[in-house]
Amino acid sequence: MAIISCKSLTKQYGAKVLAVDKLDLDIEEGEVFGLLGPNGAGKTTTISMLCTLIHSTSGQASVAGFDIKKQPSKVRQNIGIVFQEPSVDDLLSGRENLELHGMLYGMKEQDRNARIGEMLELVGLTDRANDLVREYSGGMRRRLEIARGLMHRPKVLFLDEPTLGLDPQSRTHIWDYIRRLSKEHGTTMVLTTHYMEEADLLCNRIGIMDLGKIIALGTPRELKSKIGEDIVRLRGAVDADKIRKLKFVRKAAQEDGITTVALVDAPVNLQALLKVVGRVDSVEVREVTLNDVFLHYTGKEIHKEEGEGGWFERVARSGGNRA
Amino acid sequence: MPELHGIYAVWKRELLVYIREKERVIGSFVSPLLWLFVFGSGIGGGMYAGASGSGGYQAFIFPGILTMSVLFVSMFYGLYIIWDRKLDFLKEVLVAPVSRSSIFLGKVSGGMTDSLIQGVIILVIGAFLIVPISPLQFVGTLLVLALLTFFTTSLGLIMGANLHSQEGFALVMNFVMWPMFFFSGALFPVSQLPSYFEPISLANPVTYAVDALRTIILGQSLFPFYLDIAILSVFSFLAAVLGVISFGHLQQAK
Ligand SMILES: Nc1ncnc2c1ncn2[C@@H]1O[C@H](COP(=O)(O)OP(=O)(O)O)[C@@H](O)[C@H]1O
Ligand SMILES: [Mg+2]
Repeated sequence: MAIISCKSLTKQYGAKVLAVDKLDLDIEEGEVFGLLGPNGAGKTTTISMLCTLIHSTSGQASVAGFDIKKQPSKVRQNIGIVFQEPSVDDLLSGRENLELHGMLYGMKEQDRNARIGEMLELVGLTDRANDLVREYSGGMRRRLEIARGLMHRPKVLFLDEPTLGLDPQSRTHIWDYIRRLSKEHGTTMVLTTHYMEEADLLCNRIGIMDLGKIIALGTPRELKSKIGEDIVRLRGAVDADKIRKLKFVRKAAQEDGITTVALVDAPVNLQALLKVVGRVDSVEVREVTLNDVFLHYTGKEIHKEEGEGGWFERVARSGGNRA
Repeated sequence: MPELHGIYAVWKRELLVYIREKERVIGSFVSPLLWLFVFGSGIGGGMYAGASGSGGYQAFIFPGILTMSVLFVSMFYGLYIIWDRKLDFLKEVLVAPVSRSSIFLGKVSGGMTDSLIQGVIILVIGAFLIVPISPLQFVGTLLVLALLTFFTTSLGLIMGANLHSQEGFALVMNFVMWPMFFFSGALFPVSQLPSYFEPISLANPVTYAVDALRTIILGQSLFPFYLDIAILSVFSFLAAVLGVISFGHLQQAK
């Protein structure tokens, strides 16, 4: 049985805002599941409902086998959460924040102190543990928040934009720990992010969310292969129609003298492609990234009028310089 | 069912925050003095010239001032819930595996601690300068204050849990706190009120707290002591039930 299961889970704010729209989703035990989506997609709202922090408007969900509406306290016994918005206490020291957390989760003093030391070490706050959080930088607060969410070793861990605003070094640190937690303890994790590399690196399955719905679901590889495997960008005079006839080409679009081609297995097929194309000024090859997938799905949703090709024009336009 | 470790964790957090918020600590020292001397000596003096017993009017209103100051602190404590919900600790507590009754009781004990610290300060100053009291009277007074602040802190928390803005809280607070104070007999005997106010006074739980304190400190009373305590206890119990229900419905603001 899935450890998290949502059936038509819905959250409506007021008359207008449908933050989560009949969400159906199953997450298996031990998965690291990524919810990927633009701001306002409904990721945080979904997590808040699953954590029993806000009531759903309709539909059902269970976490660790317990119904979020009927058995919220059982759900709470099995989860941990790293909030998107800071929630560590300013007037307490880092250590005190963790101590209170341990007390709330009924950890015995010895176990608690050991874990506090371990977690502080993990997030690199050992030296500053006794300073008030008020004196911490934004990144330090974030790290403390993460330490706190992980501290009681929950069965299911929700991480809402966990590395938002962190420097690259701390981010890599947290990534390592997330992977270790998954491997050594089998902790199920639900992670929201808008960093594509993060989702690609950490998650074994990804749901792309937009306007309260999951619009694409699968492993990073599955999602990417729906678009093609590689992208080739050609500068110069190129006949796009001729390219589209090649059977390994999925799509081709032209803009400003640059032709962007999505194809399978570029290492093998590039030569055949170039033979058809003829002379060009420059060639650039790269793998399809989740970013392309994201643009594909959300682009289609947001700009329905652009039709099928809409996303691809945007890939072409945004060129190689993606954030 | 409330869990002790949960109550303790919430209480400890409240205490740490209280100690670190300099304004709150300084406020605890300054406002009681203002109440005691400005109100007790000057403004109120003309209101009730025929104060009986030793010490005159200042002694007569001493239990009332004590009540007023803890009433104020304990009810205002409910305002923090509104802030808390917008940020910090509340989210963390709401998602923890402790019952809402523990969270409520932890918050209540936090608010009681704040108010009782202030109560003790006034009591000590008053004992030296206005009405000398014995250690036994001191302890008795604290117990009555504890019962009173359990009720008033709960009331403040119920308001805080059900209201969403600070302005709304301040408004409701004015409509609840001032009548409770003025119709309690804190500043003048209930018997001096126009008779049509009498039912309001009798329905007001604070009346019984003031009466109980006056019984202990001055030996003057309107009602039997056990009745004061019984009525206060009933009100406290009802407030606790309502409080736990309100906290049960509490959701994160965003
Ligand atoms: N408390 C609230 N009241 C009204 N609308 C809200 C509230 N919280 C979120 N929303 C709206 O719900 C939608 C989803 O928000 P959210 O779940 O925070 O998205 P995400 O986390 O994916 O950025 C947004 O349109 C947001 O404005
Ligand atoms: Mg969010």
